[in-house]
Amino acid sequence: MSVTIAGVTFRNPVMTASGTFGSGMEYAEFIDLSQLGAVVTKGVSNIPWPGNPTPRVAEVTAGMLNAIGLQNPGIDVFIERDLAFLKEIDTKVIVNVCGKSVEDYLEVVRRLQEEPVDMLEINVSCPNVKEGAIAFGQNPDALYDITEKIKRVAAQPVIMKLTPNVTDITQMARAAEDAGADAISLINTITGAKIDIEKRQFVLANRTGGMSGPAIKPVAVRMVWQAAQAVSIPVIGMGGIATAEDAIEFMMAGASAVAVGAMNFHNPYATVEIARGMEDWCARHGVERVADLTGIVAG
Amino acid sequence: MKKKTTMTVADSRRIAQEIWSLELAYAPGEAPDQVRPGQFAGIYPAAADLLLMRPISICRWDPARSVLRFVYRAAGRGTTTLTGLKAGDRVDMLGILGNGYDLDALAGRRVLLLGGGIGIPPMLELAASLSACKNENKNTQVTAILGYRDGDLFLKEEMEAFADVLVATEDGSAGTKGNVLDVVREKGIEADVICACGPLPMLRAVRRYAAENGIRAFLSLEERMACGVGVCLGCVTGTTKVDEHSRVHNARVCVEGPVFDAEDVAL
Repeated sequence: MSVTIAGVTFRNPVMTASGTFGSGMEYAEFIDLSQLGAVVTKGVSNIPWPGNPTPRVAEVTAGMLNAIGLQNPGIDVFIERDLAFLKEIDTKVIVNVCGKSVEDYLEVVRRLQEEPVDMLEINVSCPNVKEGAIAFGQNPDALYDITEKIKRVAAQPVIMKLTPNVTDITQMARAAEDAGADAISLINTITGAKIDIEKRQFVLANRTGGMSGPAIKPVAVRMVWQAAQAVSIPVIGMGGIATAEDAIEFMMAGASAVAVGAMNFHNPYATVEIARGMEDWCARHGVERVADLTGIVAG
Repeated sequence: MKKKTTMTVADSRRIAQEIWSLELAYAPGEAPDQVRPGQFAGIYPAAADLLLMRPISICRWDPARSVLRFVYRAAGRGTTTLTGLKAGDRVDMLGILGNGYDLDALAGRRVLLLGGGIGIPPMLELAASLSACKNENKNTQVTAILGYRDGDLFLKEEMEAFADVLVATEDGSAGTKGNVLDVVREKGIEADVICACGPLPMLRAVRRYAAENGIRAFLSLEERMACGVGVCLGCVTGTTKVDEHSRVHNARVCVEGPVFDAEDVAL
């Protein structure tokens, strides 16, 4: 069941989607984290970020909207507390990095150079903060620039996490690859909004939020397929994965690994159940290496 | 230990307009060792397209029968699906969540419980627990003031088994016309500590009243939630001190709460 991305070998292809799993501490009460391919942490910035006003979450048909705004304790506490916890767990660790300016990102990436981290995932796709994040992910030149600068200082392989809120995902995928990214991951949430018609106002204090959950899966599968066709670096696929069959679908579309996001909230056991389900599916279908599924529909 | 588990409906019935009582039984061997008043559980709606649990406060815990009782308002689609449950049905639940009240801070004191609307249910389990404290500490006194919109009262009789009960209604059709603090002022009720649960304007008023009168107060907060276990950071409340998790001024209602010392929150 193992897969290898940019020289890092994962026990299985199932990761956690950033922002839906903290640093794993809370869900360690429900599941054995060492059964995961990787823990991908919540985005961490150079200094603590307070996030957005509440309400920050709302439910929609087969999904949810969130506008958390990347609340996080900053890199100091993250290293001292979260990485100290993850160091003791037998799983791969991918740290999601966010920032308002290029220098913010670089500061976090530098701080992680000597830390026990397997890969970095660069958040250039969060739709819920006023500065940074998505601003870098919607313009190929800005994406190229930040990717190149991060690659220069990063000690670990770099994954650029892309937003679906663009006209042409292949342009962004190529910009990341051309600038030296080791992998890309997609999709982050799709921008959405919900209105309480009785109160005649937006449900989220931020008005708009990022949509996730099973409802966005077909969009994500389409974009993973398009991006995988456009680049030769590995793609990590995510967006509405709820079952092992969903995960297999992403692999066939071109993903080398997958991440489970909003479904963790519905079912804290989702990640390990999906990993087990993928193994069963492969056994039933005579697939010897799960990696052989990657991109088989691409043709 | 927190877990997602399948519960069996022991009872489901309407007890007032839009207000429902739901009893859920644990499967043998599944019950938690301890349930604290003020804690809550996440109940998953019986609808395939609704993913998130509904955080509902625990109204009563019966360890002998391993039954949790919830009293909730059928407010939106998710909670409305729960009203269709019948005895014997299965429902998924995430629990037990939240910190709950610290009974040691309340025992031996004159405790004033303030419940407004759908904030009343957790006060019942708290009153029952404090009533049990009376056996060990005879100085414990429990007064409960329950605030309703109108005369369509609920849980009042159950509360009378554990506390001296007073009522406020917005329309004056029962008890004092006004809110729970109007009763406090009208009756000149004195207390060493206040525990309150209800709508945000009520909690703000209680926080102010407690500060003005030098009374310690604990507030049970409500916020929109996704995960219920401290991961998503959806349900934060502003705090006066730097919070433990993110080191900003936003504590997680689902983990650091839902019960907060009134001095610690910025409502």
